[in-house]
Amino acid sequence: MSAFGATDLDLSNRRRERAFRGLFGAMTALLILPVILILGMLVWKGHSVFSLEFFLAHPRNGMTEGGILPALVGTLYLVAVALFASVPLGVAAAIYLSEYAPDNLLTRLINLAIINLAGVPSIVHALFGVGAFVLFFDFGTSILAASLTLAVMTLPVVIVATRESLQAVPQAFREASWSLGATRWQTIRRIVLPNSVSGILTGVILEVSRTVGETAPIMFTGATFYVAFLPMSVFDQTMAMSYHLYTITTQVPGVPEALPFAVALTLIAIVLLLNSVSIAFRMVLRGKKKW
Amino acid sequence: MVEVERDTAVSKLEVEGLTIRYGETVALKDVSLDVRPNEILGIIGPANSGKTSFLRAINRMDEMTDGMHVSGRIALDGTDVRRWRNVYALRRRIGVVFPLPVGLPLSIFDNVALSPRLRGVHDRASLEEIVERCLTRAALWDEVKDRLHSLGSLLSGGQQQRLTIARALSQEPDLLLLDEFSIAVDPVTTMRIEDILKELREEMTIILVTNLVQQARRLADRTAFFLKGDLVEVGPTEDLFMRRVRDRRTTDYLEGRFG
Ligand SMILES: Nc1ncnc2c1ncn2[C@@H]1O[C@H](COP(=O)(O)OP(=O)(O)OP(=O)(O)O)[C@@H](O)[C@H]1O
Ligand SMILES: [Mg+2]
Repeated sequence: MSAFGATDLDLSNRRRERAFRGLFGAMTALLILPVILILGMLVWKGHSVFSLEFFLAHPRNGMTEGGILPALVGTLYLVAVALFASVPLGVAAAIYLSEYAPDNLLTRLINLAIINLAGVPSIVHALFGVGAFVLFFDFGTSILAASLTLAVMTLPVVIVATRESLQAVPQAFREASWSLGATRWQTIRRIVLPNSVSGILTGVILEVSRTVGETAPIMFTGATFYVAFLPMSVFDQTMAMSYHLYTITTQVPGVPEALPFAVALTLIAIVLLLNSVSIAFRMVLRGKKKW
Repeated sequence: MVEVERDTAVSKLEVEGLTIRYGETVALKDVSLDVRPNEILGIIGPANSGKTSFLRAINRMDEMTDGMHVSGRIALDGTDVRRWRNVYALRRRIGVVFPLPVGLPLSIFDNVALSPRLRGVHDRASLEEIVERCLTRAALWDEVKDRLHSLGSLLSGGQQQRLTIARALSQEPDLLLLDEFSIAVDPVTTMRIEDILKELREEMTIILVTNLVQQARRLADRTAFFLKGDLVEVGPTEDLFMRRVRDRRTTDYLEGRFG
């Protein structure tokens, strides 16, 4: 018998290998199925509404006709203002925590708090937003209040994503730079940030895609049922895609069946687009090995 | 304790009662020794004997390391390094080469130009002159002169280690610290770097931590033997290797009885 022959053990291992591969494969298929079904249904039921007018017109006739322009613009506005607040703050905090803070109990507590903050349900953020931004700071229900609420909600995720990208830069690079006489800031600017900025961007884009669909944090703080005008300033109220979908499916009578499906599809399309950008980004980066 | 013949006037570096702790762990206990100008001081010793910690204390990297605590006195040219108000200026005078080559993820040119830029040299001609001179001294110029703008972090290990040396030289250091530089480098490159070090001795003082006792024998004027945080002894290299040693533990180590 040669040393290369298959023993009984080998055969049974091979059988088991096949069984598990099959099992895990089936699970994956089971997961993908609902996604395909949902998308398929949205396209099937909603496609008849799509036209240029759908994207460029205001809703008409008690929101049973017309387009979604103010909601689309409102969502972009909300997300942009939210980013404007959360990205600089989040990146700065992450840089502090990763590059400056000593590794002590306090820092670990802060890190723990941030991770837990990311798990707070969005309705709780909504209530915080009402209390803090709408009432205490007296911004009223406005884009500003809603965006800040979104910003608070996304901040922990921005911090965690940024910190992870920073920490992916090997410590040896920092030590080499410091021993050349560089300050911490010089090291961050010349070595650490250039090699983590793409990871940070990827995290931010993913974050945006999550923010786009949020409803709870904006419905009490700045999103409104219907406005005839596009928002002009951050103190205006605005319509938003997610809230619009909620109202036309549950609050307004007589909406044609296809309309909510088309709105939902648009919302998902925005998210998918952002996610693909983020994935493409990562793929380009992975191809560009730097060490 | 070890007797140290002291002559402050001719010491480049004086170390007195140096103790290094990481929390509860004592990495180095009450070490005193002198390094003379333009000598190569070899430091040998088994793993965890505190060799790297010793080097890190000299350029005050303990301040960048959580939990590392240094006490005692280290004087560079007679001035306690802890008293230097500008730690960055101190570090610029001390070149460091690490065990694993660290080509920074910058172009080869920028790797060597980084330190000059940090000290305010920005005009292109001067930078080009420095880069060429340092790469030449590190025996790397001929291999990379046609691709100065490709990434330094993607060079081979041996090339990156010479790049690290070129980068250290761009600091125009008067003290060069090498920590087991040959660990990830082929024997041919090791020999080339050893030749470079022999030349550099004319211009600077070198502390060479090495796990190859023969390397210490080839290069070091004097050699210190560290063991478990103690400086067992320090003396002329030939004395150690010709068995004119005072301590049994040194003989044991040199003859490979532990380590
Ligand atoms: N950053 C650190 N945190 C905690 N302990 C450390 C740290 N660095 C070193 N030590 C400890 O200090 C002691 C001395 O380590 P050091 O790295 O100075 O030894 P070494 O002689 O350089 O060893 P090697 O030959 O393996 O490089 C060891 O016990 C080590 O575990
Ligand atoms: Mg070491």
